[in-house]
Amino acid sequence: MSSVLKKVMAPAAPFDVAKIRAEFPILSLTVHGKPLAYLDNAASAQMPQPVLDRLVQYQTREHANIHRGVHYLSETATAAYEGARRKIQQFINAREEREVIYTRGTTEAVNLAMHGYGRAFLKEGDQIIVSTLEHHSNIVPWQMLCAEKGCKLRVIPCNDAGELLQEEYRKLFNDRTRFVAVTHVSNALGTVNPVKEMIAFAHSLGVPILIDGAQAAPHLEVDVQALDCDFYCFSGHKMCGPTGIGVLYGKTALLEKMQPYQGGGDMILSVTFEKTTYNAIPYKFEAGTPPIAAAIGLGATVDYLSGIGMDSIAAWEHQLLEYATEQLKAMPGVRIIGTAREKAAVLSFTVNGVHPHDVGTILNEEGVAVRTGHHCAQPVMQRFGVPATARASFSFYNTFGEVDQLVAGIARVQKMFA
Amino acid sequence: MDSKQLYQEVILDHNKKPRNYGRIEGASHTAEGLNPLCGDHIWVTLDVRDERVQGVAFEGESCAICKASASMMTANVKGKSVAEVEQLIQEFREMATGKLDVAHQPNHLGRLAVFAGVKDLPSRVKCAILPWHTLHAAFHQEASASTEGAADPMGGS
Repeated sequence: MSSVLKKVMAPAAPFDVAKIRAEFPILSLTVHGKPLAYLDNAASAQMPQPVLDRLVQYQTREHANIHRGVHYLSETATAAYEGARRKIQQFINAREEREVIYTRGTTEAVNLAMHGYGRAFLKEGDQIIVSTLEHHSNIVPWQMLCAEKGCKLRVIPCNDAGELLQEEYRKLFNDRTRFVAVTHVSNALGTVNPVKEMIAFAHSLGVPILIDGAQAAPHLEVDVQALDCDFYCFSGHKMCGPTGIGVLYGKTALLEKMQPYQGGGDMILSVTFEKTTYNAIPYKFEAGTPPIAAAIGLGATVDYLSGIGMDSIAAWEHQLLEYATEQLKAMPGVRIIGTAREKAAVLSFTVNGVHPHDVGTILNEEGVAVRTGHHCAQPVMQRFGVPATARASFSFYNTFGEVDQLVAGIARVQKMFA
Repeated sequence: MDSKQLYQEVILDHNKKPRNYGRIEGASHTAEGLNPLCGDHIWVTLDVRDERVQGVAFEGESCAICKASASMMTANVKGKSVAEVEQLIQEFREMATGKLDVAHQPNHLGRLAVFAGVKDLPSRVKCAILPWHTLHAAFHQEASASTEGAADPMGGS
């Protein structure tokens, strides 16, 4: 079926969550005798059978090292690996395949941009803008660069709803601003940032901008050309794909002038002890044997998501979020942290008088998997004056029944601690 | 492991009404304990005279397991000799990490045995141990204790 036809049909067909769930073997588990309600998708999402099948097919019928052998298996593996790159290129609507660089995940993608671009082009006294909502992985690499180069980090503040203050963002720019790194969707609060406008503003002053898309790629349609970002980073395992694979998208012109991140095999054209010539992009940034199976698995993952349709996924998750928000708002003593107008399906909350870790342990007893802690976003916790939160994060395979299971679990927590 | 077994009445009660909560003025020993992973953050102050714990108090922000553990710890060690308390610290650590079977091996833990179930919840072991860790640090005049790094009770690298 062509993707055009699917897009036309999608609104007419009701979202069949039962049929989707049947494709995720792990969702039928029971935990402590209760059906598993997996609500920790912002940490890592589960894998559907078609992706599992693709991994098995690769490993049983196609595996060899890529870009090297002249034999059948090496050519098959290379074709599948590069074919997956093409699928990913189409999924994010990149202009060219070579703009898609495989990494271990979002963290490595940010680090690659920091090393390849930041270390090469930023100088003492230059400034980098990040936001209060960043995951540590989009803060720490830039701090390391600041420490090394003598650059300065500037931070976009947010309001009590968890929305970035756009006027403050624009005021942070000055003649030393050289880079912006900001998240598309907050992992701790779910806020969807107006990145298109933020990118346009940075560009109006000639400043390149990196978008952390780890929480966006699984839930929204991402079009890097429409966004016009310079870099976009995401992880396979947060979008129902394998761990150990992610992507740094970068514009060709930027990637070509960047320095390699790691040296080794596959990233070179020729090596002598006097001089090494680097390979072209994307290979310049893919030293060593990559996680071939995981890359091919990510290709199968974006096919799977496109088959359902990112619009349908976003619409179903939005219904779940609205229902869950309504239910939790009605519970006295429950405080929702993060109430932005534009939100992805992330619900961070605290229960009055109960530490989030106690909430998480007791919910686990009810079969409900949530994340508790600072969510690798300690500045967000500091901003809202809490040491930690409990976080329920939804995927398109979650149900209204699982929201009810969460709510019943929270009620039990409150009863125990009453 | 059932959380009902861990979150017993006695633990919930100590969480709600912690004993010896606060700070001893003019303490002879003091230490700060931090579990950076979950944000448990407590202070233990001691009044040690003649090799005996005359007074002990704790305060801070923490989960129920940590707070109840701290509360019961203070109630238990008050009046004991430093040597007896060191023995208790050792036994509590061994119980929480599953090395001491309180039902079948001799020990001095008494009611502290309600924390035995924590050994089946690896993510919560550190919560229960933190106050004991901090007490140990205070005895040895270390300014702070952490659940991470070399002091990791789970024996991580």
